[in-house]
Amino acid sequence: MAAGAETLKRTPLYDRHVAAGARLVPFAGWEMPVQYAGIREEHIAVRRGVGMFDVSHMGEVETTGRDAEAFLQRVLSNDVSKIAEDGAQYSVLCRENGGVLDDLFTYRHGAGFLTVTNASNHERDLAWMRRQARGYDVKVHDRLDDFAMLAVQGPQARELVARLADSELPKRFRTARLQLAGVPGVLVCGTGYTGEDGVELLIAPDYAITVWDALLEAGATPAGLGARDTLRLEVCFHLYGNDLMEERGPIEAGLGWCCKEDTGFIGSETVRSVREAGPRETLVPFAMTGPGIARQGNPVAGGGEVTSGTMSPCLGIGIGMAYVPPEKAEPGTRIEIDVRGKPRQAEVREKPLYSKER
Amino acid sequence: VADASYPDDLKYHPEHDWARIDGDVATFGITWYAQDQLGEVVFVDPPEVGKTVAKDEPYAEIESVKAVSDVVAPLSGEIVEVNDALGDAPEQINEDPYGEGWLVKVRLGDASEVEELLDRQAYEDSLT
Repeated sequence: MAAGAETLKRTPLYDRHVAAGARLVPFAGWEMPVQYAGIREEHIAVRRGVGMFDVSHMGEVETTGRDAEAFLQRVLSNDVSKIAEDGAQYSVLCRENGGVLDDLFTYRHGAGFLTVTNASNHERDLAWMRRQARGYDVKVHDRLDDFAMLAVQGPQARELVARLADSELPKRFRTARLQLAGVPGVLVCGTGYTGEDGVELLIAPDYAITVWDALLEAGATPAGLGARDTLRLEVCFHLYGNDLMEERGPIEAGLGWCCKEDTGFIGSETVRSVREAGPRETLVPFAMTGPGIARQGNPVAGGGEVTSGTMSPCLGIGIGMAYVPPEKAEPGTRIEIDVRGKPRQAEVREKPLYSKER
Repeated sequence: VADASYPDDLKYHPEHDWARIDGDVATFGITWYAQDQLGEVVFVDPPEVGKTVAKDEPYAEIESVKAVSDVVAPLSGEIVEVNDALGDAPEQINEDPYGEGWLVKVRLGDASEVEELLDRQAYEDSLT
């Protein structure tokens, strides 16, 4: 274990995490904070106030060149031509057979595009994109080491960040380059992974500590990967490696909305035929109706499998997502999950599992 | 959450369990270190009264937000009482691991097993 630990990468904020009392764990080759004060407390801070997450482990790929848009249109599932200048768009990266290689946000900025990858997939995405780039006048740059990334999320997140910014924050799904806490050129993106309003910040690594300290001073609560996971699952956002994988396609994952087959992206033929014929299984949110908490890998009786499961801090019950056959996919359907040998009762629900309005 | 503590009157199992021995019955629970490692406990799946437990074998499951952990029996015997209050208040394991957070009471099958457990000093030494 000790030898392995030494090879883990650390973000520029590692010392800040230690100082804040974080529990650090290996995650996708990085030593990352899983929690500080406690998952529940951090989760509630994001739902009610402002939380900040160091997500510098996430990768960045920049695509430039004359054919940049045409190339991304070929590899990404969404209609890249629809990304406005300084806009953002979610899509999946598919194999020829429609299997999902990654899910990602792409930002258009001036000369090119910046795509944010999942840490565990970054190298594979980069290799895949470079392989597909043959014949296009594009350069695919690895920008992983050029950015630290912070997610500032919560109902008061924008207000807090705005106080540190020299000009107006971008709207939802837009980006802007601002001076933040005196740091020039911070790329501020109106995106997130918590179901709350907020921004994500791409910062030159040398300035990450300046921005972190200013946010902390302004009242943001440090939150770890544990809370990030419970927050995203309450609003049914996918986690690659849990709910998305090469062995399944975007239609069964419920991501048909970000697939535009007419663009002819790699995998679009399969996606089109699955969309027309209907998927063999489909990803649904569920809530436990009795005791127990279903976890990743638990089988659903009669077919299917849980891909994510946790205790919902806001709802106070076990929640999750599972792939189930179509006849079990309707909200309200009772399902039985084998939780380590014990049959546990759950019910298929609507997305999102948690919303403020309810 | 309580501060780190390891009472002198308990016996400890290296898998971070404690036993409070009272004649031929022992109360089991998990140590401060174990609950700290787990984080906030959100669910306890207790065993049933009458079931037998074997030393070093799992007998219950404790779930934190993030993960499930087996709880290992520090001693062998038959379960005579289960802390049902943990069903509604699993957080007692974090707040009071040696008091309200107890898990089961067990009628011991082999009192000589107690000799194999650690005292406070030996257990604390094992944590560093």
